[in-house]
Amino acid sequence: MKKNIAFPYFFVAPAVILFAIFTIYPVFDSLILSFQKSTAGVYHFVGFSNYTRLLGDTIFLKALGNTGLILIIQVPVMIFLALVLSSALNSQILRFKGFFRTAYFLPAVTSLVAYAVVFGSLLQSDGLFNNLLKLIGLGSVPWLSDPLWSKISIIMAVTWRWTGYNMVIFLAALQNISEDTYEAADLDGAGKVQKFFYITIPQLKPVILFSTILSTIGTLQLFDEPLNLTKGGPNDATMTLGLYIYQSGFQYFDFGYASAMAYVVVLIVAILSFLQFKVTGAE
Amino acid sequence: MNALENVSVTNQVVTVKKRTLKRNLPSKILMYFLLAIFLVVSVFPFYWMLVGATNTSGKMFTIPPTLLPGKEFMTNLTNLNDTIGITQVLFNSIFVAAVYVVLALAISTAAAYALAKFEFKGKKIIFTAFLLSMMIPGQATLIPLFRMMSDFHFLNSYFALIVPGLCFPFAIFLMRQNLLAFPTELLESARLDGASELRTFLTIVLPSMKPALAATAIFLFMTSWNSFMWPLVATSSNEMHTFPVAISSLIGVTKIDYGQVMMAVSLATVPMIIFFLSLQRQFISGMLGSALK
Repeated sequence: MKKNIAFPYFFVAPAVILFAIFTIYPVFDSLILSFQKSTAGVYHFVGFSNYTRLLGDTIFLKALGNTGLILIIQVPVMIFLALVLSSALNSQILRFKGFFRTAYFLPAVTSLVAYAVVFGSLLQSDGLFNNLLKLIGLGSVPWLSDPLWSKISIIMAVTWRWTGYNMVIFLAALQNISEDTYEAADLDGAGKVQKFFYITIPQLKPVILFSTILSTIGTLQLFDEPLNLTKGGPNDATMTLGLYIYQSGFQYFDFGYASAMAYVVVLIVAILSFLQFKVTGAE
Repeated sequence: MNALENVSVTNQVVTVKKRTLKRNLPSKILMYFLLAIFLVVSVFPFYWMLVGATNTSGKMFTIPPTLLPGKEFMTNLTNLNDTIGITQVLFNSIFVAAVYVVLALAISTAAAYALAKFEFKGKKIIFTAFLLSMMIPGQATLIPLFRMMSDFHFLNSYFALIVPGLCFPFAIFLMRQNLLAFPTELLESARLDGASELRTFLTIVLPSMKPALAATAIFLFMTSWNSFMWPLVATSSNEMHTFPVAISSLIGVTKIDYGQVMMAVSLATVPMIIFFLSLQRQFISGMLGSALK
């Protein structure tokens, strides 16, 4: 019954080796790259110049602002919708729960490119949305050609894709709240809205935090949607950090600059996750 | 006294419940109405995708709108095949996803087992590194991975599409969560009986992990099937494209044929929907994973 000491190492080794080659090495390589510049294919150190250049790059600042704006609006709207839907589906009196849950979750199984392209067809100037608006006598909306509307279009699309996903996470957590808590609130004469704000939300706090962090990280990397829905336009109105990193790297082949930008995103993710933990007071 | 109190409380709860049910009829109707609106919003894009795949491109932009499936299914399929070579794209997506799932599942399960059921030096560091890496955005490793693949002449190959993503920490956590619940006494008694560690793992642990393995496999399959940024960067020729990259190339032209686009989207999406509807429970536990624990 001697315990084989080497065994766990053999088992964890493949994952660790792959992790070292394809995650750890790239993370450090791109950190080094972010301090370098290529001249005729040869990389040399240029100090912080890639980072200082970012401060004066209007497209980068625009991308930062756009990403921030999308984040600030999209994540709370989606989390709120997901909470409302999950509370509704958790209700005792509702029937066909399984059916609704399945239907709401459906968007989460589609690829980001696929749904972005479908939304793209719906939101064209002569697309279905505008044609329906025209039919009922309202004018058409510049969904993809106006700086503000194009951001709203991205927010709508992302919300469509992820609300059901978060709803199912919340639904699972709601099932852990004891029915007694709600019954006690009933006895005290609490209404639906009160129960939602005073029982549901506080009880779900850890899960809401988890979803918010996950959604924040996801939104900061937003790439598939702006590329396939708006191409970052019009006039960089939907340029995101993810898209600009890709363009700098693979259209202008400025690897050093793109890496510096990627590290700014890493920093933002770290700061935001830390703040979200702090603010919500989780351990 | 206590028992009496309980009875009266229960009665009170029952009356409150009855009262709530009656009072709530209008709010119940309102709730179904709202749920129905969300239902339409969730499902309509899928229906629209099928309408588009069976109509000519122009029909999607008419007033009054075309809201019914048309007869152009075969035309769109043939056109799409002429543009992107649909059998090749289908093969690439399936082949890459299948190989990826098998290898990544084996690697993550093994690592998860070591992390869940053994104490060894370095365990904590490895675990923390995996955990932290989940916060690193994909863009931060994109360029070094591209340079690496380029230096070793692996760009535009199945190797490049499959291997860099094989260690997927999220999948490791998913399996670890489930393996933690496996009773350690069973492992101890197998050791007492003289079974080797590998044998114990293969014959005792793995068979009890089937639901978790299915959930993780689905998660990994979805990851590969829907992956876009890395395949976009790592492949250059049409022959190596997977669905997301092929679809994206279809809308990169000046005159977009939405019949073809929607056909491609349907081919990439409908199998996933069928797959999801038939394995719903495993799907949801795979996709939400450790969020549920």
